Amino acid sequence: MTRFACITMFTMALLVPCLGAQGEMRFPPPEFESGYQFPQTTHPPTARSALYEYIDAALLLVALLLASQLILRKRSRRAIFVLMIAALFYFGFWREGCICPIGAIQNVTLTAFDSSYAIPLAAAAFFVIPLVFTLFNGRVFCGAVCPLGAIQDAVLIHPVRVPPWLESGLRLLAYTYLGAAVLFAAIGSAFLICRYDPFVGFFRLSGNWNILTLGASLLVIGLFVGRPYCRFLCPYGVILRQLSRLSKRRVTITPSECIKCRLCEDACPFGAIREPTEDWPEGEFKIAKRRLVLFLVLLPVLIAAGGWAGSSLKERLARVHPRVRTAERVYLEESGQVTGTTNASDAFRTTGQTSETLYQDATEIRNRFATGGALLGAFIGFVAGGKLVALSVRRRRMDYEADPASCFACGRCYKYCPKEHERLKKITGTVAGH
Amino acid sequence: MANSNKEDMTRRKFLREGLWGACLAGAGTAAGLSVARNNRDNTVWQIDPYKCIACGNCATYCVLEHSAVKCVQAYAICGYCDLCTGYLVPEPKALDTGAENELCPTGAIKRAYVEDPYYEYTIDESLCNGCGKCVKGCMAFGNGSLFLQVRHDRCKNCNECAIAAACPSQAYQRVPTDQPYLLKGVDAKE
Repeated sequence: MTRFACITMFTMALLVPCLGAQGEMRFPPPEFESGYQFPQTTHPPTARSALYEYIDAALLLVALLLASQLILRKRSRRAIFVLMIAALFYFGFWREGCICPIGAIQNVTLTAFDSSYAIPLAAAAFFVIPLVFTLFNGRVFCGAVCPLGAIQDAVLIHPVRVPPWLESGLRLLAYTYLGAAVLFAAIGSAFLICRYDPFVGFFRLSGNWNILTLGASLLVIGLFVGRPYCRFLCPYGVILRQLSRLSKRRVTITPSECIKCRLCEDACPFGAIREPTEDWPEGEFKIAKRRLVLFLVLLPVLIAAGGWAGSSLKERLARVHPRVRTAERVYLEESGQVTGTTNASDAFRTTGQTSETLYQDATEIRNRFATGGALLGAFIGFVAGGKLVALSVRRRRMDYEADPASCFACGRCYKYCPKEHERLKKITGTVAGH
Repeated sequence: MANSNKEDMTRRKFLREGLWGACLAGAGTAAGLSVARNNRDNTVWQIDPYKCIACGNCATYCVLEHSAVKCVQAYAICGYCDLCTGYLVPEPKALDTGAENELCPTGAIKRAYVEDPYYEYTIDESLCNGCGKCVKGCMAFGNGSLFLQVRHDRCKNCNECAIAAACPSQAYQRVPTDQPYLLKGVDAKE
């Protein structure tokens, strides 16, 4: 075949562009006379061995065992800090922040809803192991193992107090985030937690600018507000909070008994230390009771309102799904409301599917978001209402205690307790309180 | 009370213990479900070359500074054309390797003479940035022997691939680790 013939064939191909389908052999592969051998397409480098996953899971287990020991038995902030930094380097910088338990929420959700998805063993292990540890030992994972917690904990230099109302209010963000992440993972449209992971860019030392900026801002806030991501955003933290309330063992400020010396009062940068309660003043009890009844009545109202609001957001929520976005674009193009095409609509047309199929798919996804959105809204309503109820109930507390839900088990408060100094034999004799 | 045989068992404690057990059972269920579903291989991200439209997102959306996606050449289906639309810009000034004639922005495609009138095109992966310009050209007028693949020595295998999220044709999919490439032509293990 001559060069001329080749060019002619090329021109012919130009004339019949509707041949379009990929993989079509427009030019038959040549028959070489010089004995030329086809090189191999590629020498594919293989993916990382699964062995590393088992190593990661085993290391997580070891780290949690060690963390439990250091936090609950040894009670040494310094040792906890060393473990935390080690975990930051291994799970963060070395393993580059993936997989982490926070993101594993989505893998587990997708496994539950999509039977064709096979969850990596590491993801399952990373999701379950910290949960089990929290049920036994409190949030030891947050305190000493989580790389996202560690990077924030390490930069905390001048903690300021966040008012409790603001803390409770902002925490609603985390519940919303958890609900949304589960919703989008269940419907298979996105892994929100991974998409907006603020610190993974630092762990990898690369990433897109928006996420790096978000991470940097959180770290700057984290100089003054302890662990802002953990407290106000972390979806996994929300689960651990609730489990930690039930834990068998947990952080206690004092190793023996509280003498109410109030020295630990300001020890916690995360606002997790609760003061002893006083009895209701005369007359206030009645008001409090009325308020509680009001909130209990309000709870179902909030749930219903949340459900309604979530369901009416279905169009907007569904737009996260690429199929729905394509459908909307194709609709606009076909109804002549926009001119030109996008990559997505072009790609859709090359598949040869009819637009009716696409619209049907989109409608189905929207309907699923109507249900899912309602559930998400109801969940947020339930959390907000439940918080109001919880705030209007006063629990009896005799001592200064770490709130099991909010305590990250960082161990900062130990050294504030004079009883701890007594335990470590740094002071002689016994200390007594007021 | 049902459990008055234990003196220190109050109602609150009973509820607590029950809830604790339920949570542990829940975690156990999640673990069991995951293990049951894990009878298949672990997965990595890969591009289905028959869905890819070479939009160029692979070059820019990867979390890596230099994308994990590279172009590969399926020699067996390549036409070895002199006038290669994956190699040359439309209406080239001359059929030679001058930079002004090359379509590839990084000059990653190497052209070598085989025999008249055939030329071999090889991808220099260290230069390729995964933009897919050559893929688009080859698909449009050629045999489609050039296509994009995620290189697993580079890919971080993110839980959610950032390029997959931005892919307009949903060409990204999770493939089993032991067959991590979706190749075209006779190299395809189909």
